[in-house]
Amino acid sequence: MDRAATDERIRTLLAPFNKKGIAVTDATTFAGDLEFDSLTVMDFVAAIEDEFDIIISMNQQAEIESYGQLVDAVVKLQQP
Amino acid sequence: MKPKAMTEGIDEPDQPTPLPPNHCGDLFAKFDPLIEQRRALLATGVEDPFSLVMERVLSPTQAICNGRETILLGTYNYMGMTFDPDVIEAGKQALDDFGSGTTGSRVLNGTYAGHRAVEEALKEFYAMDHAMVFSTGYQANLGIISTIAGKGDYIVLDIDSHASIWDGCKMGDAEVVPFKHNDIEAMSKRLGRIPAGAGKLVVLEGVYSMLGDIAPLKEMIAVAKGHGAMVLVDEAHSMGFIGPNGRGVAEDQGVLDDVDFVIGTFSKSVGTVGGFCVSNHPKFEIMRLVCRPYVFTASLPPSVVATAAVSIRKLMHAGDKRAHLWENSRRLHGELTRRGFRLGTSEPQSAIIAVIMPDLERGAAMWEALLREGLYVNLARPPATPANMTLLRCSLCAEHTAKQVKAIVGMFERAGKATGII
Repeated sequence: MDRAATDERIRTLLAPFNKKGIAVTDATTFAGDLEFDSLTVMDFVAAIEDEFDIIISMNQQAEIESYGQLVDAVVKLQQP
Repeated sequence: MKPKAMTEGIDEPDQPTPLPPNHCGDLFAKFDPLIEQRRALLATGVEDPFSLVMERVLSPTQAICNGRETILLGTYNYMGMTFDPDVIEAGKQALDDFGSGTTGSRVLNGTYAGHRAVEEALKEFYAMDHAMVFSTGYQANLGIISTIAGKGDYIVLDIDSHASIWDGCKMGDAEVVPFKHNDIEAMSKRLGRIPAGAGKLVVLEGVYSMLGDIAPLKEMIAVAKGHGAMVLVDEAHSMGFIGPNGRGVAEDQGVLDDVDFVIGTFSKSVGTVGGFCVSNHPKFEIMRLVCRPYVFTASLPPSVVATAAVSIRKLMHAGDKRAHLWENSRRLHGELTRRGFRLGTSEPQSAIIAVIMPDLERGAAMWEALLREGLYVNLARPPATPANMTLLRCSLCAEHTAKQVKAIVGMFERAGKATGII
């Protein structure tokens, strides 16, 4: 799946977690802008993992701060 | 993905939460939000729930706190072994015979006859081939998990795992994959996505200490084994109490033989301090040379291992005490439910009963009201707690009398009404 299609699917998954309805760009951060706590991170990551049938380990999560980084990581993880 | 730093936690932050970045020269600046939150809580006049001093300890169930005689209902002293006369005598004898400490690592000068003897007692208690004693339960998880799961391996663990499990994951080089608490399907899916050929370790707990709920180990271990994973179960809160021989939840559910590593502690039912791992793995003994939290620290004092060995052997024949503890747990659970308290489990599953508070402020007020009544419980708060709950965690003891349990219920009722919880 290309980046645009991956972006679109992640955006749909993100919507219910984006409680304040913030406009999401590649630079939007999960901790700062979206104010995700650890429970939200777990639920959101689980939703993405199930959607794309991938694992995003905590080690990989630690490197992801912004929305754009997440999309890039998911694109990469889908490649066999 | 980095979560927003949760600074409201003081008590046992389990999953490590990153602190905000430091913008000035003072490395302590990152703690400012926590310092402020503590200051605000104490400014309301509430007693500091995290600086209580036990001035005297009278028995496994009673102490003097702030000059008041207090019933202890938050000490994990499940089997009440701390004042057992045989246990105390063994400790005194070991002090006389072996001195106050070993001053050395287990692999150098720190293995005394008592360390071997307590490992023998553990092997008998669990009917397993190998036992390795660490200086604390925390170090047992830290050491075993970080050592057996290496680079390229995967650790699949419950999101509500204890801090020592998370820290063991963080210290090692394996990929760490958490799943939703006790969710068999979520665990199975993640195991199924691990690349072929990678080593897999599933980490579970028998009893989860925050809500006192148990894990469906029978189903989870079957799934883990189906995916070719090794299984480690932390039975810290079940040893001595759950299962026909007190070996824990895995024994109770008939799956202890499928557990590769059992982690446990001496600081709960055994009544002293120390941690251990028991296993039937044929190569297990090599752990003594490669496990850094075992090698690079001093071994337990002779008096500690002597008390632990006697206590463990007595726990093998503690059927009556186990039955009384279950009775205590059922009674307190039933009476608190009847009085309108919200509890962590709908039926008693362990010796832990968690009373759910509406928020931290009222939880702290209730905690203090109970202390003034003469009752000590644990105040547990986010981020250590699941779903950011504030909990009053009660752990029962086999030595609590029926009269004490009745008194405890009365204290809860009065404090609950005074603080508007019920």
